[in-house]
Amino acid sequence: MNYNINEKGYYGEFGGAYIPEMLYPNVEELRQNYLKVMAEPEFQKEFNQLLKDYVGRPSPLYFAKRLSKKYNTKVYLKREDLNHTGAHKINNTIGQILMAKRLGKHRIIAETGAGQHGVATATVCALMGLECIVYMGEIDIARQAPNVARMKMLGATVVPALSGSRTLKDATNEAIRDWINNPVDTHYIIGSVVGPHPYPDMVARFQAVVSEEIQWQLQEHEGKTNPDYVVACVGGGSNAAGAYYHFLENTDVKLIAIEAAGLGVDSGESAATSVLGKEGIIHGSKTLLMQTNDGQITEPYSISAGLDYPGVGPMHAHLYKTGRAEFIAITDDQAMNAGLELCKLEGIIPAIESSHALAVFEQKKFQPEDVVVLSLSGRGDKDLQNYIDYFKF
Amino acid sequence: MNRIPTKLKEDKKLLSIYFTAGYPSLDDTTTIIQNLEKSGVDMIEIGLPFSDPLADGPTIQASSTQALKNGMTTEVLFDQLKDIRKTVSIPLIIMGYFNPMLQYGVEDFCKKCQEIGIDGLIIPDLPVDVYHEQYKAIFEKYGIINVFLITPQTSMERIHFIDSISNGFIYMVSSASVTGSSSGFGEEQTNYFKRIADMQLNNPQVIGFGISNNETFIQATAHAKGAIIGSAFIKHLTNKGVSQIDSFVKNILN
Ligand SMILES: Cc1ncc(COP(=O)(O)O)c(C=O)c1O
Repeated sequence: MNYNINEKGYYGEFGGAYIPEMLYPNVEELRQNYLKVMAEPEFQKEFNQLLKDYVGRPSPLYFAKRLSKKYNTKVYLKREDLNHTGAHKINNTIGQILMAKRLGKHRIIAETGAGQHGVATATVCALMGLECIVYMGEIDIARQAPNVARMKMLGATVVPALSGSRTLKDATNEAIRDWINNPVDTHYIIGSVVGPHPYPDMVARFQAVVSEEIQWQLQEHEGKTNPDYVVACVGGGSNAAGAYYHFLENTDVKLIAIEAAGLGVDSGESAATSVLGKEGIIHGSKTLLMQTNDGQITEPYSISAGLDYPGVGPMHAHLYKTGRAEFIAITDDQAMNAGLELCKLEGIIPAIESSHALAVFEQKKFQPEDVVVLSLSGRGDKDLQNYIDYFKF
Repeated sequence: MNRIPTKLKEDKKLLSIYFTAGYPSLDDTTTIIQNLEKSGVDMIEIGLPFSDPLADGPTIQASSTQALKNGMTTEVLFDQLKDIRKTVSIPLIIMGYFNPMLQYGVEDFCKKCQEIGIDGLIIPDLPVDVYHEQYKAIFEKYGIINVFLITPQTSMERIHFIDSISNGFIYMVSSASVTGSSSGFGEEQTNYFKRIADMQLNNPQVIGFGISNNETFIQATAHAKGAIIGSAFIKHLTNKGVSQIDSFVKNILN
């Protein structure tokens, strides 16, 4: 079985580029160039240098002693929360901004939900002196004010998406429309392993540094490169793709994908795409997505804005369909409590997205000798208000 | 016999009108179609509304959102159209995004179109190569013409490929834009229209996006077989309702 992308841009039956002809030249230009550019030694050098000096990589692989003790297993946290801008998102934006420069683009657009990807994009645009326009749903702008302010401080223009349900999916639509209207000078930095081929593969490759580091870091800690489990939350799926990447074909390493169940999978207020979704097309990719019987895309719900997406990347749709990854849905309540537990046990305030992953320990029993690596995708600063509102601090 | 090729052989410039099914009200579909034909329109694109219309600007987005709120679905549309051929004889094309068709089943969709008397489909997000490899045979089995888009950025080579697998007309998107964005055509567009006309393609071209009045209709059809109006007609429906379609069409054709 092959779990990575094939030469036609599909993971099994998922993926491809279902895009209007107006986008074809842009996407085709990227498709023809991305692997070539990424393989250039100069590109590699610049990418790695920035990851090291600017992002602060490698991010630590931290043995969480008290958490391990509580759940009687060996838990390692991959500390993406310690990256510059506070999440894994910047690994991708660094890669894509360098790609955009190689392709001669000088105008950058992005979509954002919670604002993490928007901030990471605004950051690299400031770094490179490029114009940055971030589309963000009108509703998200209201509920993520600090990140809107950050983007503005970094020099980005934040454009409210007023169409549809005015959240992440609509912000993505607006970014795509912008790209249709600006086909020559603009690069679209997608924030997860979603969208038309080659985006899912390109973003996964930029995030793959995460599992590359896990391998040698685990060697130092445990004397072996492979964990027994890799656990990550899945919104679009980029932090999971990065954490899984070098283990995809090694089935001794079990992969666990955590989705947001919202108020409960059957509550009507959920974002558990693998359970609630059906095969279809969203944002140019054939994948699993939440939709009506009639094929209209529906609005998901999760307390975590970063997991609040009605689709999932095609890699993950394939991992689900083939059973390569186990999918577990975690409710708002389970996630919030797991997040607070990490604060108390390890002195780390996680992003609510990452808190969903942490809730795995209440749901699944691991063996004492199991080595479980968990992608701590982001820090909780951006979520402070949510935590305050939830726990009434 | 498919009505599109017959229509394209007529010795005149063709006016095609797009509207979103289910807008302004759910049950306006047949009235709009009948009034458009009576007003002298040559071809109609019936928009099957989608929640996430990527290639459309604000006007068509808003009409789609409203149509869905009104209760439009694929089933409802097919039901509204079931007797349309008793009163309407011009070519009818359904324009919609791929996901609703995929959920209905592409083969069932084509079959239903044939039963009703729909002549063609325009599916902006069904790529040419996927159609060619996976769906061409189904479309042909039910006699449905699939219409492809080209844009100012489409390469010559690709235009020739698209021409080779088309059997109706080629939908020429007037500029790099979503629907409803441009106002008037400049030299750049005229040059593009001429460039494509000079390619002497097998399939006639019909220009769409940015055509809103008599002036732009004349500019577009100077170099193409016809032109398609969408957003401007939707705006007219928003302002004037379905009763004054005749005056809208007269203003275009003058
Ligand atoms: C901290 C954090 N983790 C996870 C996600 C989910 O995205 P993905 O599934 O692409 O990793 C986000 C998205 O905003 C995020 O900010």
